[in-house]
Order: sequence, then C-alpha cells, then structure tokens
Amino acid sequence: MDITVNILLTIATAATPLLIAAIGELVVERSGVLNLGVEGMMIMGAVGGFGAGYLTGSPWIGLLAAVAMGAVFSLLFAVMTLSLATNQVATGLSLTLLGLGLSGMMGTSFVGQPGERLPNLDIPGLTSIPVIGRLLFGQDPIFYISIALTAAVMWFLFKTRTGLTLRSIGDSHTSAHALGIKVIRYRYLAVIFGGACAGLAGGHLSLVYTPQWVENMAAGRGWIALALVVFASWRPWRVLAGAYIFGAVWIGQLHAQAFGIPVPSQLLSSLPYLATVVVLVLISRNKRLTMMNTPASLGQPFVPDR
Amino acid sequence: MMRLELVKRPQRSMLFSALSPFLAFGLTIIAGAIMFALLGVNPLSAFRIYFIEPISQVWQLHELAIKAAPLILIAVGLSVCYKANIWNIGAEGQFILGAIVGSMIPVLFPEFEGPLVLPLMLLFGMVGGAAYAAIPALLKTRFGTNEILTSLMLVYVAQLFLDWLVRGPWRDPQGHGFPQTVQFNDSAILPELMPDAGRANWGFVFALVAAVAIWILMSRMLKGFEVRVLGSSPRAGRFAGFGLNRMVFFAFLLSGALAGLAGISEVSGAIGQLQPVISPGYGFTAIIVAFLGRLNPLGIVAAGLVLALTYLGGEAVQSALGISDKVARVFQGMLLFFVLGCDTLIHYRIRLIGLAAPKLEAAPKLKEAR
Repeated sequence: MDITVNILLTIATAATPLLIAAIGELVVERSGVLNLGVEGMMIMGAVGGFGAGYLTGSPWIGLLAAVAMGAVFSLLFAVMTLSLATNQVATGLSLTLLGLGLSGMMGTSFVGQPGERLPNLDIPGLTSIPVIGRLLFGQDPIFYISIALTAAVMWFLFKTRTGLTLRSIGDSHTSAHALGIKVIRYRYLAVIFGGACAGLAGGHLSLVYTPQWVENMAAGRGWIALALVVFASWRPWRVLAGAYIFGAVWIGQLHAQAFGIPVPSQLLSSLPYLATVVVLVLISRNKRLTMMNTPASLGQPFVPDR
Repeated sequence: MMRLELVKRPQRSMLFSALSPFLAFGLTIIAGAIMFALLGVNPLSAFRIYFIEPISQVWQLHELAIKAAPLILIAVGLSVCYKANIWNIGAEGQFILGAIVGSMIPVLFPEFEGPLVLPLMLLFGMVGGAAYAAIPALLKTRFGTNEILTSLMLVYVAQLFLDWLVRGPWRDPQGHGFPQTVQFNDSAILPELMPDAGRANWGFVFALVAAVAIWILMSRMLKGFEVRVLGSSPRAGRFAGFGLNRMVFFAFLLSGALAGLAGISEVSGAIGQLQPVISPGYGFTAIIVAFLGRLNPLGIVAAGLVLALTYLGGEAVQSALGISDKVARVFQGMLLFFVLGCDTLIHYRIRLIGLAAPKLEAAPKLKEAR
C-alpha cells in the first residue's frame, strides 16, 4: 500500500510542471497565439527560482521569482509577435533558444550548489491519515496551485464573459476587433499569463522536483506541454488527464530503469518523447475533433487596421 | 504612455529587406555590449576577443569554415522548408541519424578501405537523415499531425539512440571503456582542403555547392516556384495543381538529406569517430542561420559564417575572460530576435503614438483627396 502511495505521489510530482505549463499555454492558444517558447520560459523560471531561493535562503521567494521570470521573459515574445507582428513560430523558437542560452549563463555559478526545497504540506491530524492523508494533505504547495489553476482556468474560459471574449478572439480576431474588443490587449495578458505559468512550472522543477540547478533541466517538458495542449484539444480537464498520463510514463520509465529491466536505459528514457509522438498521431487522426476545437486564428499575426 | 502602431506599406521595402540583417547585427552588438558591461567586462575588449581575435590568423579561418559548414548545409535545406511554410525544427535529430547511418561503414566494416568508402558513407548519411525526416513528413501527410512537435521530439530520441550505440553495441572494445566508437580508418576520413594551412575539410565545399544548387533550384526552376507559391498561398497552389502533400515530403526529405550530409561530414571530417555528443546544437543554430540569411541560400552562406564566429567567440571569451561559453547561445538567440523584429520594417512602417486623442480629421481629408 505504501509503495502505491509513493508511486502516486511521484507521478503527481512529475505531472505538476507539465500540467501548469500546459494550462498556461492553453489560455495563450485559446486567444489565438501560438507560443513555442514554453521550454525557454520554463528553463528561465527554473534558473530564476533556484537562484532567488539559493541567494535568499527562502524557497518561497524562489517561487515568486520563478513566476516573475517566466512572465517577464514572455513579454519579449508578446512585444515581438503582438506589437511587431512577427512570425509566431520563429519568434517562439528564438525565445526557447535564447532561454536555453541565458539560463545556462545565469546558472553557471549555481551548478552543484544545494538548493532550497519547498516544504510539503503538513496538517496535524489530516496528513497522518493512512493512504489518503499524504495524497490529499501532504504534497508540495505547487501541486495544490496546479489543481486550483486548472479549475480556475476552466471556470474562466467557459463560465465568464471575459473568458468568452478571449475565446472569440482566438476564433476570429478580425470579428472581435470589429466588435470593438481590444484584441492586442487581451493577447498581451494571455501571453504573460502563459509565461507566468511556464515560469512556475520551471520553479517546480528546481524547487520541488530536483531542488538543484542542472543546465537544460527542463529536458523537453516545455515541448511536451505544447503537445499536451493539442492532445487535450484545448480543453483544460483533458490537459489534466494528459499531464497525469505523461507523469505516469515519466515515472514508469524511471522505475523500470531502477528495477534493472533488461532494456537499454536510453530506450526507456526516450519513452516520454515517443509517447508524445504516438499520442499526437492518435489525436490528429480524428480530424473532426481537431478541426472543431482548434482556435481558428491560431498562429496568425494580427495587425489592427484603422 | 506610448504605443506602437504598424502601418502596412503598399509594397515591401527593398531598402529594409537589404538592411534588416545588418540592423539586427548592430542591435545585437549593442545588447551584447550591455550584457558584457553587466558581467563586469569592458565591452570593447570583450568584442575584440569575441569577434576579431578568433579570425585573425589563417588556421583560425579554417576553424571558422569547419563550424560554418554544417550550419550552412542544414540551413539551406531548412530555408526550402520554411519558404514552403513547412516547419522542420528537428534538423538536429536528422544530423545525428545521418552521422549514425553514414558511420555504419567504418564502424561495422573497419577493414573496408579504398576510394569507394567515402562516397558510400556520404550517401548513407544523406539517406539516414532523409529517412529520419520522412517520419514527421509521413505523419503530417497521413494523419495531419503537427510536424513542429513530432520533428522536435525525434531529436531527443536520436540523441538517446546515439548515446546507446556508443555506450553499447558500437563501443570500441579497445577504447578503455570510453563511450566512443573505433577511430575511422584513413579512407573514411574526409580529406582536409589545405592540410598545410589548417583543418578545414571538404565539408565546407559541400556546403557551398549545396547553397548554389538550392539557389538555382529556388530561383530558376519550376520546383522552386512551386515551393514559394505553396508557402505564400496554399489555395493558389492547389488551383495551380501543386500537391501540398508531395511538397511536404520534398521539403522534409531534402532538408533531412542535407542535415544528414552535414552529420556524416562532421563525424568523418572534424571528429573521426562517433561520440555521445557530436553537435553543439548545429541543428537549432541553423534555424537562426536560415532566418538571418533571409531564407536565401546565398545570404545563408554569409549568415553561416557569422554564426560560426559566435561559436568561436564563445570559446574565446570562455578561455580569456572566464565567461560561460553559453554566451554564444545568448548572442545567437538575440540575433534571431532582432532579425525577426527588423523584418517587420520590410512590410510595415512603425509609428510611435501617444495615447492622446485619436486624429479624427484624417477621415475627411481622405474624402477630399478622392
């Protein structure tokens, strides 16, 4: 029983950064913007979170720094694609490349240093309940944020007027503009929200998952988060399900490596990436589902005419 | 509070089309100077170490050519993809697969020598890269799967595959346990161009030939026209009878083959054996090269040399000033950012306006003019 609980806990820890980054990107894409810079914003969040936590000794300040770092870094993308109408694919890629370089440079002095870890929740009486206690009341704070965030985004997108407006911009920025909606302003806020989420996801990596700084420690999670949004056909609850499936794959291959299953460890390590490809193929085979849910103006630059 | 406003130009500005890469380079230099100053280094001396010293001697120019060759080879292939609005960003993986498949000959048949070895290796390399690129192309045409994500995921898979090979079945039994294959025999080594002057090998010649060939393809042949039409207007392309699916395959196979050629040339020329890591991110840097070269093969040659210099400069400041060689990555990223930003000037005029009252009198004037 204890082993099952432990495995479930590690799966949740592996799924949380994927979930947060993907939920952020989902909002961005629902507004019609494709930001391929998730990996870059995530790694910037990771280095910023680790650095601030290490220098101040407080993982909570690290957490805030990770969020701020992701948001500020995404602003670069927003200015380029929204104000200067640059190609979103190319700009997103360059955000990732720049993020990988900048984080490597900023983190040089952090390599090998012990980091600060965010403490797990511990409520006397509740956390010690057998089995469900640790699952419900004993996880890291970002886990709870990720669940609350998913619920909040679900409510915001489908139950509020502002959410409806955001989705309408994603489906037709021209019509939304004609109705007097501030397309660019909405998109700025969406992109910054996505950046803050990616930064938080990165902070989870360097403050909870492995509390240290390792260069390139996002290891493609930002890209998997992007794939999750497609897999979820832009629905928050499906992102949640997808993130946990991928968390299970990630943890499963680690456990398999630890048990010494007679399969090359490299093959096991490549499973999350191969699973991403397989999942993308499966979901894109269903053309109707994809067509119906893809924000219609996703990735197209918009220049308001006046 | 100020706001940016873009005003569409009636036609693309030739001036900014030519000027934008230089403008971007200038802005990168300014941003770089700020960065060096923040790191507590005198920007002027840093720039001398970064951009001038690495190319002040003949042998160093050879090193530049070694770094530029894979960048140019990969980038000219990618330029065809991006012109056609097809997003192959997995060139790094195709580079690795080209290196692996091409290395099959010297690794599995080390006794096989003679003038046939190299051409076969290069051919195998191209086939390997193209075959690996065919996967995202097949998934895109068959199932409509997004090629950006699949081609990128396959990079990680390729890296892990190479890692497995050199630590497992292909490891040199006499290599004292180091994760590397046997040293290639002499007939499997890409010859140097001028052995007395420096290390540059035939890979640079391949890059130049590929650039000219792709330039001819794109500007003088029907296929190039097809690429441009499908890229700018898929609908118009369909009416003209150009098949989008065939184009996806063409672009992926071509860019994959060139990336594979770059991979095998790098292994057979600069390295001489397979190792766990054979590329400092050439496949990703080539994306920057393609854009900085304005997706034009001849521009890409120039851009490839510039980006190769950022690698050499990164190594130079690391050894001279103790700054992380990641500074090269930062320069490369900034360069791409600025070139994308400056490209906006080709199609738009940028106006800075305050958030004061909008100018309503513009409308009646327009009527009078008519």
